Amino acid sequence: MATTTTPERLFGASIKRREDPRLITGKGNFTDDLKLAGQTFASFVRSPHAHAKIKGIDIRKAAAMPGVVAIYTGKDLTTAGVKSLPCGWLLPDLKLVPHLPLATDAVRHVGDQVAVVIAETAYQAKDAAEAVKVTYEVMPAVTNGEQALKPGAPQLHAEAPGNKSFHFTIGDKAATDAAFASAANVVKQRLINQRLIANAMEPRASVAKYDAGTGDYTLWVTSQNPHVHRLLMAAFVLGIPEHKLRVISQDVGGGFGSKIFVYPEECVVTWAAKAVNRPVKWTAERRESFLTDAQGRDHISDAEMAFDANGKIIGLRVHTVANLGAYLSTFAPLIPTFLYATLLSGCYTIPAIWCEVDGVYSNTTPVDAYRGAGRPEATYLLERMVDLGARALNTDPAELRRKNFIPANAFPYQTPVAFQYDSGNYGPALDKALQMVNYKQLRAEQERLRKEGKYIGIGLATYIEACGPAPSQVAGALGAQAGLWESAHVRVHPTGKVTVFTGSHSHGQGHETTFAQLAADELGLPYEDVEIVHGDTGQVPFGMGSYGSRSLAVGGSAIHSGIQKIKEKGRKIAAHLLEAAEEDIVAEGGKFFVKGSPSRSKAFAEIALMAYLAHNLPKGLEPGLEATSFYDPTNFVFPFGTHIAVVEVDKASGIVTLTKYVAVDDVGNVVNPMIVDGMVHGGIAQGVAQALWEGASYDNTGQPLAASMMDYTLPKADMLPSYDTARTVTPSPVNPMGVKGAGETGTIASTAAVANAVMDALAPFGVTHIDLPLTPATIWKALQGSPKGR
Amino acid sequence: MFPASFEYHTPGTIDEAVSLLKQHPDDAKLIAGGHSLLPMMKLRFAQPAHLVDLRKISGLSGIREIDGAVLIGATTTHRMIETSAVLTRRIPILPEAAHLIGDPLVRNRGTIGGSLAHADPAADLPAVILALGAELKVLGQKGTRTIKSEAFFTGLLTTALTPEEVITEIRIPDLPAGTGTAYTKHPHPASRFAVVGVAAVITIDGKTIKRARVGITGVGEHAVRGMAVENALSGKSPDDAMLAAAAAHAADGLELRADSQGPVDYKKDLLTRFTLTALTRAVARAKT
Repeated sequence: MATTTTPERLFGASIKRREDPRLITGKGNFTDDLKLAGQTFASFVRSPHAHAKIKGIDIRKAAAMPGVVAIYTGKDLTTAGVKSLPCGWLLPDLKLVPHLPLATDAVRHVGDQVAVVIAETAYQAKDAAEAVKVTYEVMPAVTNGEQALKPGAPQLHAEAPGNKSFHFTIGDKAATDAAFASAANVVKQRLINQRLIANAMEPRASVAKYDAGTGDYTLWVTSQNPHVHRLLMAAFVLGIPEHKLRVISQDVGGGFGSKIFVYPEECVVTWAAKAVNRPVKWTAERRESFLTDAQGRDHISDAEMAFDANGKIIGLRVHTVANLGAYLSTFAPLIPTFLYATLLSGCYTIPAIWCEVDGVYSNTTPVDAYRGAGRPEATYLLERMVDLGARALNTDPAELRRKNFIPANAFPYQTPVAFQYDSGNYGPALDKALQMVNYKQLRAEQERLRKEGKYIGIGLATYIEACGPAPSQVAGALGAQAGLWESAHVRVHPTGKVTVFTGSHSHGQGHETTFAQLAADELGLPYEDVEIVHGDTGQVPFGMGSYGSRSLAVGGSAIHSGIQKIKEKGRKIAAHLLEAAEEDIVAEGGKFFVKGSPSRSKAFAEIALMAYLAHNLPKGLEPGLEATSFYDPTNFVFPFGTHIAVVEVDKASGIVTLTKYVAVDDVGNVVNPMIVDGMVHGGIAQGVAQALWEGASYDNTGQPLAASMMDYTLPKADMLPSYDTARTVTPSPVNPMGVKGAGETGTIASTAAVANAVMDALAPFGVTHIDLPLTPATIWKALQGSPKGR
Repeated sequence: MFPASFEYHTPGTIDEAVSLLKQHPDDAKLIAGGHSLLPMMKLRFAQPAHLVDLRKISGLSGIREIDGAVLIGATTTHRMIETSAVLTRRIPILPEAAHLIGDPLVRNRGTIGGSLAHADPAADLPAVILALGAELKVLGQKGTRTIKSEAFFTGLLTTALTPEEVITEIRIPDLPAGTGTAYTKHPHPASRFAVVGVAAVITIDGKTIKRARVGITGVGEHAVRGMAVENALSGKSPDDAMLAAAAAHAADGLELRADSQGPVDYKKDLLTRFTLTALTRAVARAKT
């Protein structure tokens, strides 16, 4: 429920999102809304083939068409000094491959760009792009990661023999082998985590402007991290001095990770703005989104889990082939390694883990972070294996999980796969979820219904999330080409109103509300007195943007830290004016007062005004009242929880109906419960969709079979039940507010919960596993294959 | 999504529309709701040079009752069909099927004439008009002619219409007394087109099936009549075993294809089950 009256404390209040009236009445300011004088439009010529050599490009006919301003090919760009897109996470022995903004020698996935047409209108640009004649020599293509590794597979890059990008290992092989050797029970399963297509509501877009008078570039782009865009584009791709490029990313209509990365299009558009000396705009068509936005998941894993005679997990062995697509997207190597293999301990004490990951190139759209990014893959694998273990050991899946939980008194807990969990208390979240579904009664009901020929399934997933990747020093040692801190600048105006500039970026998360809540709460000011600014390298200090559920834990903590500096200076001024000692000044409730005598006080606005009047400041104190903070956390934060899905499977048709969904999450202290609920809801929808509907697929020539919303099944509201959400609260000790992250929990847990529920429903037929998505046809087929299912 | 360039015409009369089609025999397309044509144009799969919009033509939209039949204007929207009291009373299978088309936005714009003329292999209404034995009134250069529904669909996205003909009206003959109808559908989860859609119109006289017509969509190049099912039903007493035996003929003569929605044996099972559901419902409704 939204709060309508002034709450006692802003921190923790379900305030309605202040950005919503703007966004839902069409007053948002999205990149495509921008109309600059003299603006031209770009359209990209894209490969219709998954793999081909470029033998020639004939632009003559296109160049003569109405409205065409210029046409550029890859050769034009390389001649002008434009370089490959960089990779932001360099694993040891990573086989880097060139990724030029426009292909010059070959195309490696359907949609790969080979030329750009700049024209007076978007229609003219598209017409001329169709008239550009590219001569291709079509080559065999490979789209499956495992097939790509086989001898004789089509080869994508000379720099990466055998299509191998990297081989990554983590854990203790010898200890894991020993655990398996001593195991009482072992379960094995091949698990495919299918490729997903991100589909933000707003397609990617960029508008670039070059000022010939000053030599300054401005790029408006759909970015989750404008400073990262600026740094990588300026320093690596275009060679523009960083201070001559301003990147602005205002309202962004969803990203889910896909707008973190630097893409060819924004580089080409920025370069072309100078080349044609006019602003250039490009907005992706939905089909281009399907073909070129970085995609998610695409793992093939072989997993084995070892149990001792008491049902304790003693070992986990995993080999994963991670399909990275045709090129390395900006953070591609990070996702299936340090955001995946490190999560394989989950909520459990697993003394020995060994995981190997092969990163592979294939003739598909590049893969990178997609909501959850590695963690849903790990959770799906682990939670399927635990359920398979429960089936093999004839144990209740809830009890097997409880038995293996890391005990509450074991935190901070060091896993065998690098992470040290900051805090956790997993039992209460499980208990609460079980109680919310009325677990015992539901199991009895399940038994009863089976006798009537009705098959319901109850699926559990416990999960650990790792958000706010940190600290920078460790990340650097692991291959990060970026820091993982966040910035904030708090500017107090002379009237006591406050503008907070954050390096985080909001593209649906509601930072304008949440950050204003926490800043106003910390300053003791009315919520309306605080404004949040983000998404502009010209206004905001260098920041890392939003991904990995980091905004509140890292970006929010930076704001918190900036506010402490403001209060500190305010206390100095107040002490001077009130003729008291600085250490006796309390900053609280929007006032500075002398400890023990609250009537001796100055309002926050009075202190602000004095800071700018500077008529009466302590000796040596600079005027003004603003502070910049760069907050580098000491660790990730680790939300956790239990989700339970209840499904009914129609035996005859294989149709799955999700009838109930319970989510109990622990995201630490919560600033705005309504916004967290919203995030959990959306995340569940995405995760359920992976379990039941979504999945990219290709034919044997590498053509994508689902490249539109008519073919690719995004979840719709009427396909989902109402969710029951609840929380336990275990504050994180890592940051001053005790907060964690909430943006990805729903996606991380729900795929496994639904898959486990469906397999539970099918248990009477001896069906133990079906790969995702669990469509009616795949379930029907599995039942046909079972003697009891026909 | 940017369609190729085209000229847009808004004729005020049906004769004007026909004459525009005659002027541009090879590169004109009619448009009504646009829900079939525009997506194809935006992907540039279709690039007609002339679009002739039928929506300004008065009298082309609406549902009329006459003796022995209901007449539905070609530009009548799915939503009008879904909510029509006349159809609910006289031809209830049409509102039942229209309700299952796409979503409310699609139903508010899409039209029955557009759906039939486009002849999508997975559209719902083609199966329904086949089961109803409807007739399509079309106007062309040579005047008006009537095409029976079973002669209308000729191939993938192709019909018996000549390039200069316009559907003006769909004539649904009255259902005889003792008739029950049903349309059942397994929708594609993304597009909500029919993976399988089955329409059944069954007339029961006393204890035997006097007449049965079945329309099937989603499983071939175009919607077809389920003749084998109809033959199996005709003259029989409609008990459960007989209906199941008849439904087992649903795939007779059809070349089912595997696709993203499942393999051939699954499609066959799906078709058989949905046929049985449609038959069972139609029979139950015929009896009440």
